[in-house]
Amino acid sequence: MNSWSFPSQSPTDTRRLGELIGTNAQPGTVISLVGNLGAGKTQLSAAIAAGLGIDPAEVSSPTFMLIQEYEGRLPLFHFDTYRLKDIHEFEDLGVEEYFYGDGVCLVEWGDRFPELLPPDLLRIAIDICGETERQFELTSSGPFSDQLLDTLRAEN
Amino acid sequence: MTTSRLLLAIESSCDETAAAVIREDGTVLSNIVASQAALHEKFGGVVPEVASRAHLERILPVIDDTLKAANHKLTELSAIAVMTEPGLVGSLLVGLTAAKSLSWSLGIPLIPLNHIEAHIYACEMQASETIFPCVGFVVSGGHSNLYDCRSATDFQLLGSTIDDAAGEAFDKVARILDLPYPGGPSVARLAETGDPAAIGFPRPLLHDKRLAFSFSGLKTAVMYEAFGVPGSHKSVPELTEQRRADIAASFQAAVVDVLVGKCEQALHHTGHKTLCVGGGVACNQLLRERLQRSSTKRGYRLELAPGDLCTDNAAMGAIAWRLFESGKFADWNLDVTPGLVRAGD
Repeated sequence: MNSWSFPSQSPTDTRRLGELIGTNAQPGTVISLVGNLGAGKTQLSAAIAAGLGIDPAEVSSPTFMLIQEYEGRLPLFHFDTYRLKDIHEFEDLGVEEYFYGDGVCLVEWGDRFPELLPPDLLRIAIDICGETERQFELTSSGPFSDQLLDTLRAEN
Repeated sequence: MTTSRLLLAIESSCDETAAAVIREDGTVLSNIVASQAALHEKFGGVVPEVASRAHLERILPVIDDTLKAANHKLTELSAIAVMTEPGLVGSLLVGLTAAKSLSWSLGIPLIPLNHIEAHIYACEMQASETIFPCVGFVVSGGHSNLYDCRSATDFQLLGSTIDDAAGEAFDKVARILDLPYPGGPSVARLAETGDPAAIGFPRPLLHDKRLAFSFSGLKTAVMYEAFGVPGSHKSVPELTEQRRADIAASFQAAVVDVLVGKCEQALHHTGHKTLCVGGGVACNQLLRERLQRSSTKRGYRLELAPGDLCTDNAAMGAIAWRLFESGKFADWNLDVTPGLVRAGD
């Protein structure tokens, strides 16, 4: 378990962090996004998509559709648990097949059903510090995500 | 006894499982949506809203009930139509598989439908003369899409949201203001007692050349207005009942301004003289009134989808007859297209 703080003064900083993550994501990378409404989860997601070679303008909130898929350097599966009532509804989406597949998985509101997420993942908690200021806390929880976190820190 | 042909339309793109029997002249003989109380009862309680497993359990009873209500048999059908895009993969697949099985076993054509185009076609179903060509606008929890609709078989996407859909913004603002789901009706109800001019919320992209929407920042502005900007020393007024109503009314006014403005922009852009609006948010009373006023002032024809066809249903699958006429049938390779096709794709 490892952690790294990334302070962001503006959406531009957030974009830089997201692109860094997208560029370095590997097949099987799972990222859990945690933060209140308005924290910028979808904005960070769009930047991660950009880092994977996906047009960020194509990335919209997955709240309604629950899962959105995008084709980039690696496939990106963008989930949102916001609208789900219980863990069974999340399970019924067939999420495990995605989590243990070859794409990159991004789960907004990832802390709602942590027991379904793989143990080795990158958790990103977003704190709202001001109108445009955000604090990103990145935490890894296994050898695979440790390596990603180390790369992010080194490349930043 | 009528000799007019019949088709069965199936809808399972999101939360609702629905089927309808529709006559060739467009008459809807029956229209069953499985979020209705009777069906909840049949399955002993509240049906899970999202899982494709729920669709799986409901789809055959829904089809049976629909045929029974129409007083017709499967063997009397001339075609099967099914929504194949956009929506949830698993949910769409349940409808598609049922449709393929029926079409194959009955030896009748299979017609793929686009859920959003069908929402626009809902306006055609009650219009006294054809709506085409027109600007079509589908505004709901999942979509805020503008189309250039040249005919029932030719829809071109003009623009959509770059983050949250309009209905989604209502849902999230409802959450912020501690109002029940679905957010559209509950925010609108609270807004009735509020002052729409109390807070000058942003009108995102209203004066932008692009036919695009963005409601994520507006939602954040509402949160800051309700609870203050984190880290800021500026205090916000206490969140009294009146204050909540003012926020709701001001938020709704901002969303409606943008929706109406973008419709006007799309009409100007295409040169069409008719605007058709469907989807769940089209039930919003303020939006309906503002569109009526805009239509009178600017001299275009406005067609609003009837209330029961604004939310998800299979009756709007009546568009299938238009595709039938043009021979737009699918083969067994037909697949679902869960994601949205974007403008310019």
